[in-house]
Amino acid sequence: MSNASLTDKRPPSSLRGATLPKWFAWAVAAGAVLLGLGISFAAGLDSSIQWALIAAVLFVAGSYGISAKVEGPRQAKDRVATSLVWVAFLMAIVPLASLAWTTVKRGIKVFDGYFLTHSMGVVADTEPGGGIYHAILGTAEQVGLATLISVPIGVLTAIYLVEYGRGRLAQAVTFFVDVMTGIPSIVAGLFILSLWILILDMGYSGFAGSMALTILMIPVVVRSTEEMLKLVPNELREASLALGVPKWRTILKVVLPTSIGGITTGIMLAVARIAGETAPVLLLVWGANFINANPFKDPQASLPMYIYLQFTNSGGQGAAYDRAWAAALTLIAFIMILNLVARGIARWKAPKTGR
Amino acid sequence: MDTTTENPAAPPALQPAETDKGAARGASRPGDRVFIGLSRGSGIFVLVLMAAIAAFLTYRAVLALSKNEANFFTTMEWNPSGVPPQFGIAVLAFGTIVSSVIAMAIAVPIAVGIALFITHYAPRKLGGTIAYVIDLLAAVPSIVYGLWGALVLVPHLNGLYGWLDDYFGWTGLFAWDGGPARSLFTVGILLAIMILPIITNVSREVFRQVPRMHEEAALALGATRWEVIRMSVLPFGRSGIISASMLGLGRALGETMAVAMVLSPTFTIQASLLDAGGGTFAQNIASKFNEATEMGRDALIASGLVLFVITLLVNGAARLIIARRKEYSGANA
Repeated sequence: MSNASLTDKRPPSSLRGATLPKWFAWAVAAGAVLLGLGISFAAGLDSSIQWALIAAVLFVAGSYGISAKVEGPRQAKDRVATSLVWVAFLMAIVPLASLAWTTVKRGIKVFDGYFLTHSMGVVADTEPGGGIYHAILGTAEQVGLATLISVPIGVLTAIYLVEYGRGRLAQAVTFFVDVMTGIPSIVAGLFILSLWILILDMGYSGFAGSMALTILMIPVVVRSTEEMLKLVPNELREASLALGVPKWRTILKVVLPTSIGGITTGIMLAVARIAGETAPVLLLVWGANFINANPFKDPQASLPMYIYLQFTNSGGQGAAYDRAWAAALTLIAFIMILNLVARGIARWKAPKTGR
Repeated sequence: MDTTTENPAAPPALQPAETDKGAARGASRPGDRVFIGLSRGSGIFVLVLMAAIAAFLTYRAVLALSKNEANFFTTMEWNPSGVPPQFGIAVLAFGTIVSSVIAMAIAVPIAVGIALFITHYAPRKLGGTIAYVIDLLAAVPSIVYGLWGALVLVPHLNGLYGWLDDYFGWTGLFAWDGGPARSLFTVGILLAIMILPIITNVSREVFRQVPRMHEEAALALGATRWEVIRMSVLPFGRSGIISASMLGLGRALGETMAVAMVLSPTFTIQASLLDAGGGTFAQNIASKFNEATEMGRDALIASGLVLFVITLLVNGAARLIIARRKEYSGANA
């Protein structure tokens, strides 16, 4: 489509074959959607997935057929590829839009100040009322502890890889950090379960959950910090070292401050990622209806697990179901805000690489 | 290719150029020694952690397997607290592989399409916005995907499954009994939506790095945009697409909550993908955990160990392929 604007300015030349007008693709798309709707009405199909699929097939076939007739087979193939790429894009947008719309529509029902500030202490699953205060508290403590543990380890590992690491050890660490990003969250949960709860015989607690979250968070922090440290120009390091500043002070006072914006962004994105993890929390924190402010003793609640428990107890309707959606809205809002702020920081504090 | 594999120790261009001699001299100051010790210690901690995960899972798994009276790999039953205890992972392995393969079959073409859309089709500004939206898709927690899948996706698939049953039901694979669409195929579709972002992001990075000259040369020969993509972009990005897909596969294999909320599990292997039933490793752990006895937990850990090994192999292979080009890793995707 961007090429069209270039070619349009030239006078028509005999070297160019016949071309279809710019609005051709839109016209075919509109026609395909109308036809798809028409067919599904005529055949009495009830699902929107069906008419959308019909419309997509009609769109691709229509582009090919008309273009092959007017412009020739090569251009027709090009148009098929273009329309397929557009269809792929729309197919990805539809679930996202549907998900956002459903969550907001369902979640807003019981979402208010009362919901955020009360626990489920004396509320049965079938009754209305109750809230997520205990779950928010639990999630905040578990994620906070996980962040406290994994940020120093992650940042130091990244410093090792970028500033010191050579040879086999660094290679092994790089490889296993990469592999660690792919560990399923439930496996991290099972590991802490076998070590902490089955072998060391400690009870279920928020801290057990934080340890599993730490395993999931470390590789993300290492990776993003590593990328940011690599962006720091070497001239800065060399200038500092040339002044006789020891290397560790160079790293602390020059390298880290230069890249702190990006590192913060990476950490916030990592927090956003683990805040929604359900599986390890389900295995290790157990869940509770009452407020438990101590993450080191006794089961706690957590926001994602609250959603799961309310959902499984609700049977797909009633007060518990509404609460599950409202909690989902809270969780998504928190994660999206964290994402937006993190990306804002990244843009605002992007290291000046100095060309 | 061979030159890079021959010398894997060559430092990436972006790292600070520094000789071993310089590092050694820096280490002579006490502050430096402490700092090196701390940072190397963190690196070693990561390795120890990986080893510990493997070791402790194996230890508990062996406890369970030594009491298992049935073949762990072929038994289609999960009864670890029975007398005698009998459990096997055949159903779980089948369900995990089938749902992941469906997810890949749907997600990879669409993700490559979106990546091409962002890099080669969309106007620059729109491309940036879409890349951002795809990142947001990656940030949605799996539990919310599960809620959405159970409420929106499952009922919407009835029409589609009716079609598949009408036209392809004779294959047996797509036969449908008309029950709720809480089947492996639905799980595959949901997983496809969930792994779309990571495949898109990694492929996008690869497509960005296609040498501009290749594309311009093709354009100068009069190629259409599709021909440019087929001749210069896709060949260059092939290894990137493969490893992106394997990263996506790793995610799909280990996905827990969304599967547990959408699938209606049974411990059977059935030919039809559309009928409710089946199970996956992660889903089985999450839904059996609460009622499990100590023996039951060890059995679940044994199945988790299998999942761990599979994802380790898949991710390791993806990383080895992608390591040829250091600049992108997709770990932040």
